[in-house]
Amino acid sequence: MTTGERPGFLARRRRPTAPASEPVRASQSATAFGAEVDSMAPQLDAHVPAGDPLTAWARRCAEYRLVSPANRRKFTVIVVGTGLAGGGAAAALGELGFQVDSFTFHDAPRRAHSVAAQGGINAARARKVDGDSIVRFVTDTIKGGDFRGREADVVRLATESARVIDHLQAIGAPFAREYGGQLATRSFGGVQVSRTYYTRGQTGQQLEVATAQALLRQVQRGTVRLHTRSEMLDLVVADGRAQGIVTRNLVTGEVEFHAGHAVVLATGGYGSVYFHSTLAMNSNATATWRAHRRGALFASPSFVQFHPTALPVSSHWQSKTTLMSESLRNDGRIWVPKQGGDPRPANQIPEDERDYYLERRYPAYGNLTPRDVASRAARDEIESGRGVGPLRNSVYLDFRDAIARLGKAVIAERYGNLFDMYHDATGEDPYVEPMRIAPGAHFTMGGLWSDFDMMTSVPGLFVAGEAGNGYHGANRLGANSLLSACVDGWFTLPHSVPNWLARLGSGPLLAPDAPEPQASITAVNERVGWFLASAGSVRPVAFHRRLGALLYAGCGVSRSAATLGDTLDQIRELRAEFWREVKVDGRAGQINQELEKAGRVADFLELAELMVVDALDRTESCGAHFRAEFVLPDGEARRDDAHWANVSAWETTPDGAHRRHSEPLTFQLVPLQVRDYR
Amino acid sequence: MRIELEVWRQDGPQDRGRFEQYVVVDATPEMSLLELLDRLNDQLVEQGIEPVQFESDCREGVCGACGVTVDDRPHGPVPKTPSCRQHLRAFGDVSRLRIEPLRSAAFPVIRDLVVDRTALDRVIWAGGFVDVETGTAPDADDVLITHDDAEQALDFAACIGCGACVAACPNGAAHLFAGAKLAHLALLPHGRLERGRRARALGQVLDDEFGPCSSYGECVEVCPAGIPLAAVAAMHRERLRGLFRGKAD
Repeated sequence: MTTGERPGFLARRRRPTAPASEPVRASQSATAFGAEVDSMAPQLDAHVPAGDPLTAWARRCAEYRLVSPANRRKFTVIVVGTGLAGGGAAAALGELGFQVDSFTFHDAPRRAHSVAAQGGINAARARKVDGDSIVRFVTDTIKGGDFRGREADVVRLATESARVIDHLQAIGAPFAREYGGQLATRSFGGVQVSRTYYTRGQTGQQLEVATAQALLRQVQRGTVRLHTRSEMLDLVVADGRAQGIVTRNLVTGEVEFHAGHAVVLATGGYGSVYFHSTLAMNSNATATWRAHRRGALFASPSFVQFHPTALPVSSHWQSKTTLMSESLRNDGRIWVPKQGGDPRPANQIPEDERDYYLERRYPAYGNLTPRDVASRAARDEIESGRGVGPLRNSVYLDFRDAIARLGKAVIAERYGNLFDMYHDATGEDPYVEPMRIAPGAHFTMGGLWSDFDMMTSVPGLFVAGEAGNGYHGANRLGANSLLSACVDGWFTLPHSVPNWLARLGSGPLLAPDAPEPQASITAVNERVGWFLASAGSVRPVAFHRRLGALLYAGCGVSRSAATLGDTLDQIRELRAEFWREVKVDGRAGQINQELEKAGRVADFLELAELMVVDALDRTESCGAHFRAEFVLPDGEARRDDAHWANVSAWETTPDGAHRRHSEPLTFQLVPLQVRDYR
Repeated sequence: MRIELEVWRQDGPQDRGRFEQYVVVDATPEMSLLELLDRLNDQLVEQGIEPVQFESDCREGVCGACGVTVDDRPHGPVPKTPSCRQHLRAFGDVSRLRIEPLRSAAFPVIRDLVVDRTALDRVIWAGGFVDVETGTAPDADDVLITHDDAEQALDFAACIGCGACVAACPNGAAHLFAGAKLAHLALLPHGRLERGRRARALGQVLDDEFGPCSSYGECVEVCPAGIPLAAVAAMHRERLRGLFRGKAD
């Protein structure tokens, strides 16, 4: 089939436009935006098979078209990212016999940030008699996400989770074992069963190393071409479908077009837009944002999880924040001095001058309130001037009472490695003085919108892992992120990408001298050239730091129309200043980290605006999206299912205006209910 | 704190390179070694000098992207700690540091402190994996592994692939890295099935791209993942076993 012929399937997948008969619902805040936000919200179809969600994935797999083994090598699939999602997809598609081009901006696939996940990976294997099941997993995940995730997708996540563990174990991940030889499990937040599989505190590392090995195996077999130190800077859309990407070789500076019959983006989340985050230094949103600017809708950009037990920023030059395990809240007590700005060291503040605010406000759960509640409470204390530490930006997590009750040896046995890590990072001894913790930007539930088949609104463009918006709704449960990346990469895309390819046919790849790739290459080269010729005086990183501060203050743990409105103005001012004042040293034809950073910050400055627009638009509180105006009388989040049981998926027009599309959500397995953990 | 820095500058792979002298006047004890370089770069840009290029990513010690040589020690003065977790407060009374790339014939310098470590990936793709196709694995609960084997496999699997072991070795050997992979996979049931051919394949890459091992043990002293010297022994043992046995497993 040539690209000129358009099968019915392709026509069905063209970017949705507003049907004339669409019911119009103007959101309250949309009017506040006037021309920027179109109050028409065209409805999106996620192509979920009708009927019982429990069997939807099996029925869809049975419908998928296949490519015969002899024909697979005629297709080229581009996979960007080598984490659990991208590495898994590239390896699995390579094993099937497709020609895969795999891209990473790192020097080696194993460096992807999946490597940094600690606690574990959930799987609904339900081997124990503790009541776990597929439905239990779906219930926990949907409720944890505050009913803003797609139910049928979560069923797929649960169903495929069993063989994710089998596969990762077989390719080299040494999961913890009981003395009887069986897999060991532990519990995580938000669930009452034990379904988390782990390898000490380095689960992400072991899964990532095993995945990278499997990817390199396909490199040796000749089915995967690995492109290291290559950063995707544009998506090429031609004839209404994704046909390739434009990359910059980070060593030689060469800007190249790579053509494919399908493109998979598995490029991670955008939590690093907050500058200080638990993400890696190089994590960025450029690949997904460039795809968005080429037409892929961006879903729920304002849904960002803040982890309550991150290490605080302790000095101006600190480059990021490190996560401390949530398990510490089992024995640590969180408090601040009653008197704001109390100059005394923690141990000299008497008991009656301490405010154990979580125990006071949430007596039933105390220090073990859910992540979003704990983060919001800490922010309240810090904002009202009772924060501690040199920058007054943290709260105490105190083990004094636990050590007195249980003895130092027991605490060391439970948390020894975490105490060492804290000591290593801060130079303070948590056995003697309390830890200092603060909420830190962590995981982004938002990302490129995709349908049930993981295809974005651009035909032929797929998304996987944290780069997408799947499964987690408005709040992710612990140990579900490694799982979603693995399920997408190893067990979903190897079904749905071939279906796309079978319908497309193995026509010729887009020629490099076609107008679309040429226009993209020119645009990328112009931007690189512009940066290198820029006459400003400020490093890109300085803008990133300021953007992060703006977002923490205005679009952070809690938001309101007032803070968001101000933040929107400030982001636009900062963006104008960036283009006026930025300075990029060095040349194009060599490693130039200033240049890499400049492009990433430029895209962050656009994404940040959309995050704020989305947060302002969604006039309810749900999960991690907490609007100060929308609370129940007891101060808890007030969800508005009548108006907002949907996914906001944003379009950004070439002139920068934003338009919301809406995917309605229905729940058949887990009835809508108020999330109450008290 | 005022710290004088002697930093390796090299424009590209073909450039000879040289040390440049810089001073950071406002270093603080809380800074990590890499944050000191961040701060240096701020000052260099203000002075109109191109910033020093160096690699890092997670800055938590697991990705293996960072690694510089400080006063002749890969990663820095604190033993068994990656560059990103080396904090100035642990350096004692220091006012002068010499920072250069990880040095090894196997790791050509790309620019400044950035080196090419793809030789390590060539070790893995020669056979440092398990031949199991996606979806074909048996139930992991039916594959029994003793608690101790799983824990020991994890001791070896903890390698972060930073390459400090190679840089620390007077011979430029990669036996700790390759041996850790062989030991890790030989302890697991699926990995055991191609134990012999894997050992032979990895041994060949070590011969082709790295130096020989003289059992100095310098590698262990700098390894941020705590890989034990037993990995070096495993490299020798597994290779001999593979050669004598001559079979795939």
